[in-house]
Amino acid sequence: MLTDLFYRLRKVQIPVSLTEYLTLLSALEAGIAGFSIDDFYFLARATLVKDERYFDRFDQVFGDYIRGKQTLFEEIIGEIPLEWLRKQKELDLTEEEKKQIESLGGWDKLMETLQKRLDEQKKAHHGGNKWIGTGGTSPFGAHGYNPEGVRIGQGKGRQGRAVKVWDRRDYKNLDDQVELGTRNIKVALRKLRRFAREGAEEELDLDDTIRSTARKAGMLDIKLVPERRNTTKLLLFLDVGGSMDPHVKICEELFSAARAEFKHLEHFYFHNFVYETVWRDNQMRANVRMPTAQVMNKYSADHKVVFVGDATMSPYEIMAVGGSIEHWNEEAGATWMARLMALYPYAVWLNPQPEDYWSYIPSIGIVKKLMSDRMFPLTLDGLERAMKALKKAH
Amino acid sequence: MTNVRFEGTDSYVATDDLMMAVNAAITLARPLLVKGEPGTGKTMLAEEIARSLGRPLISWHIKSTTKAARGLYEYDAVARLRDSQLGDDRVKDIHNYILKGKLWEAFESDQQPVLLIDEIDKADIEFPNDLLQELDRMEFFVYETKETIKAKQRPIIIITSNNEKELPDAFLRRCFFHYIRFPEPETMESIVRVHYPDIKKRLLSEAMECFFELRELPGLKKKPSTSELLDWIKLLVAEDIPPEALREKDSRKAIPKLYGALLKNEQDMHLFERLVFMSRKTGAN
Repeated sequence: MLTDLFYRLRKVQIPVSLTEYLTLLSALEAGIAGFSIDDFYFLARATLVKDERYFDRFDQVFGDYIRGKQTLFEEIIGEIPLEWLRKQKELDLTEEEKKQIESLGGWDKLMETLQKRLDEQKKAHHGGNKWIGTGGTSPFGAHGYNPEGVRIGQGKGRQGRAVKVWDRRDYKNLDDQVELGTRNIKVALRKLRRFAREGAEEELDLDDTIRSTARKAGMLDIKLVPERRNTTKLLLFLDVGGSMDPHVKICEELFSAARAEFKHLEHFYFHNFVYETVWRDNQMRANVRMPTAQVMNKYSADHKVVFVGDATMSPYEIMAVGGSIEHWNEEAGATWMARLMALYPYAVWLNPQPEDYWSYIPSIGIVKKLMSDRMFPLTLDGLERAMKALKKAH
Repeated sequence: MTNVRFEGTDSYVATDDLMMAVNAAITLARPLLVKGEPGTGKTMLAEEIARSLGRPLISWHIKSTTKAARGLYEYDAVARLRDSQLGDDRVKDIHNYILKGKLWEAFESDQQPVLLIDEIDKADIEFPNDLLQELDRMEFFVYETKETIKAKQRPIIIITSNNEKELPDAFLRRCFFHYIRFPEPETMESIVRVHYPDIKKRLLSEAMECFFELRELPGLKKKPSTSELLDWIKLLVAEDIPPEALREKDSRKAIPKLYGALLKNEQDMHLFERLVFMSRKTGAN
């Protein structure tokens, strides 16, 4: 029965291996987890999941799995489901709601129906109007619309204890598929710090060796120095205003995180797309602009370039002369982009729009092509891919 | 297989999931990888396990220049070269130039030790891979002297990481993993109680409230963590600050006392002062 859990975890791309599965089995055999389901959850998590960014996905799969195996686990955990639901009653229902429940035939009746459903239902369910799950109109489940509903799986444990911990989804902001917060973006940006020589290489300091050997009258005295230098130079182009407004917050977080990580970091703002000028101070954008040509002149080709923008606009804004919505541009945005790409071989575009939507928005396709496909979503996973791409010239 | 169990100590509050991970690691004699925000007691954990189980603690602190081989042994070729130039007799025996590393020390220990490999992510990316075999089989080969060093008892290995680098999959597969979450207010309160049993209840609750409010502050570069809270409370207790002082209604003193212990970053200080200043202005209107 655990094999099922194992494959479900692999299905959501948590990298569990056979070794870990066997470890879990031997841990169970050694009786570490006892007979409590919470213990089993903790043990399974410590054994199978090796990175906190997978915790949220693990919690969801585990929750699904346990709910799916409800009948089976009932033998093990006995009365807990009912008690757990009663807790919901104390926590979530107001007097008014209780009255509504009375109108449905009373709390016990409701519970009875629920029990029946739990028995019938073998799998977790989302949507629909009968089964227990999320987002539906059944009276049972979470995040649904039935006002008389019994909330399952949104509960908070008493005294912060581990009552159905996996349902609390505490680790949601650690998942690398969700959008970025300051914490996880920092992790990813660190990858950008490419050391002149990665890690702990030590090299012979020839000058110092000769000098100190000479000082010791020819007695060999070898001097070593660790070779480590942060050489990453970065130009950051941020899209502000317009369709970017909902994404500005994420961008600013990316920006603030980035500032702490690099010594050579220059940032520029643009609106929707890069044309002949960019600006550095968002409040002074009307007066203090910097010609893009000047940027290209000033910062050499070994700078890495990161664009952050949703690339969601009318295709004219990229392709046509005068397409900009703010001013009359003498040359098309695509021309400027081509110039930037020609000068800076290490460039990527980060897009806060979910990757699934990209194919529906024509302008994203155009920008992606201009960037020779180096566009990545603004998630931890996307950033990781972007950083990898930044190491190679396009 | 051992029957020892770790249940937390009088000076360390362990959550259920942490205990489970530690006990699994002890029972199956595999390394436990601990991650978490800085200042949540990762390093403390190894010390407390050693103390509560009455085992010797061997700590190996990793730096960016640390190499895996250094944990096993080092062959000091330079010293031997020097000695040979001086005509020292020591030079004849190669054992004189083999320096034992922390892992060797742990393997040799008569009593099962707790080995702490601290901040493994600081090292080179290949570092964990270089230790795979040694941690798995708990033995290694010394080429210079042609001997195999085998662990007398598999040590309890605690590895901490601050997430600065990804660890290789092959390495992760061999470990148990635990992520120390930032404690919830209730757990935090019991942690503080463990450290300062005599603290006045009101001071504690005011301090906790201040602390969690401060953590909620948007845009902080480094949120204050458990160790900072403990430092701060130590100062509060030492200075004998009354609880009222933390909730000063007089807006001129709205900045909590000694908050330098909580915020370690100049920008954060400025941000905080600015926010206090702003709230003062709105309060005055």
